[in-house]
Amino acid sequence: MNDFIVYVVSGLAIGCAFALVGSGFVVVHRVTRVVNFTQGTLAVFAAMISYSLLAKGVPHGLAEVIAVLATGAIGLLFGLIALSRRGTPPLISLMITLGLSIFSAAVIILVWGQDPLSPPGLRGSLSIAGATIETQRLLVAVVAVVVFVGLWLFFDHSYAGKGLTAAASNPRAAGLVGINVRRMGLVSFAIAGVLGGIAGVLISPSNAMSFSSDLPLALSGFAAAVFGGLTSLWKTLIGGLVLGVAGQLVAGYLVGSYQTAIALVMMLVLMIARHRSLAVEEAK
Amino acid sequence: MLTISDLVVRYGAAVALDRVSLTVERAEMVALVGPNGAGKSSIVNAVSGVIPIASGTISLSGRAAQVPEGRHMFADMTVEDNLRLGAWAVKDRDVAPIYDLLPDLARLRKRLSGTLSGGQQQMVAVGRALMAKPDLLLIDELSLGLAPLVVADLAAHLRALNRETGTTILLIEQEVDLAFELCERAYVLEAGRIVAAGTSEQLRSDPSLRDAYFGRDVEANAPSAPKEQR
Repeated sequence: MNDFIVYVVSGLAIGCAFALVGSGFVVVHRVTRVVNFTQGTLAVFAAMISYSLLAKGVPHGLAEVIAVLATGAIGLLFGLIALSRRGTPPLISLMITLGLSIFSAAVIILVWGQDPLSPPGLRGSLSIAGATIETQRLLVAVVAVVVFVGLWLFFDHSYAGKGLTAAASNPRAAGLVGINVRRMGLVSFAIAGVLGGIAGVLISPSNAMSFSSDLPLALSGFAAAVFGGLTSLWKTLIGGLVLGVAGQLVAGYLVGSYQTAIALVMMLVLMIARHRSLAVEEAK
Repeated sequence: MLTISDLVVRYGAAVALDRVSLTVERAEMVALVGPNGAGKSSIVNAVSGVIPIASGTISLSGRAAQVPEGRHMFADMTVEDNLRLGAWAVKDRDVAPIYDLLPDLARLRKRLSGTLSGGQQQMVAVGRALMAKPDLLLIDELSLGLAPLVVADLAAHLRALNRETGTTILLIEQEVDLAFELCERAYVLEAGRIVAAGTSEQLRSDPSLRDAYFGRDVEANAPSAPKEQR
């Protein structure tokens, strides 16, 4: 029973990290209709940058903030490339983000090498319902909740957030009222960069990251985002939590390497189910 | 208020507008009529800056806002959000004056605009454009897909808007009868060119225009007096 609680609690913490990555997918997709496959890469960049800064003696907190801001800038740069021409179809932009992800892996190898790196995080652990959980993982959960509340307030209750959503809801109408649709797309990529960065600096102390960590992170985050229909932030959080707990239970009771397979299966099932529900709606 | 001189608009090799010139005076209501593909929407889209112009000039004193064809709602947002987003360029987001002018919208303020009827959506589109505090309101197909009673209600609102606030209106309308009823002057377009211009009364009474462009509805409503003009 104690093992079960440990798996669930740690799964919730990991799920929060997946949800953070997934939130980046949602933000970009809500505004541009583009699936941004650099989300995992942005998390890896943040992990590497914070590792380097901490190794150079930059204090905790400042190093992570710099890393997150840097990935915000990298996200903006990715957006500039992916949305380089006005009217670029979302599918083409998706392919560009895949290319950028592969290119970034090469950059990461050049700068930080191939070995997994793990910056130091919070030390110690806490006991919750009889299960011992690392303090760092609790931090992930707390920050994720704060971030999701912040995103909800921004998108659903602020004028700027509604302008961002309007750009995707009806680009022509948005243009007519004076909203610069491309600029909104770039802002969404920058926000996604920050979100990916937050995920990276929070996850990496518990899970070492390398150039190849982007794919499993992106897959898990994308699966969580698909759970939310690539539009709902709260459902993305739930999707991340489900995925995290399921993965930990599978790793605990079956085989650890099945975790990524769980994300893929969940994504496929949800996409098929969603496609069917959309088809029914269209038929109506 | 608006002076267009020798305006040329091209879509690739196709010429949508061929040296079009027209004027709209302040506080006027002017209609653009003509068959599909005549270039009416290209004029308002060029004035709005939505499409580039190949040559010619557009001189506008003041701000223009467009009610686009098909209404183009932010469907998953409330009526009030739609209205407030209309003020994106001007920053004054007080919706109260719009509710005073279009009281039905106050009742619908919390409804998602995507769930509204066509007439209600058209009213939101007009209100959203008015939030930009325009000096010139460009309306592309006011009556498209709407029931006659709804159109009559919208037309009454536009008349009140023009009378009470002095807002200039350039109206594109397929329903020629409505256009002539609502506007003092009109331009008739065909194949990217202006083929006739004058007061609504004059155009309505022109037998050649009536036969070529306006059809039976206008003929039935045409006054018996002035017979000729062009």
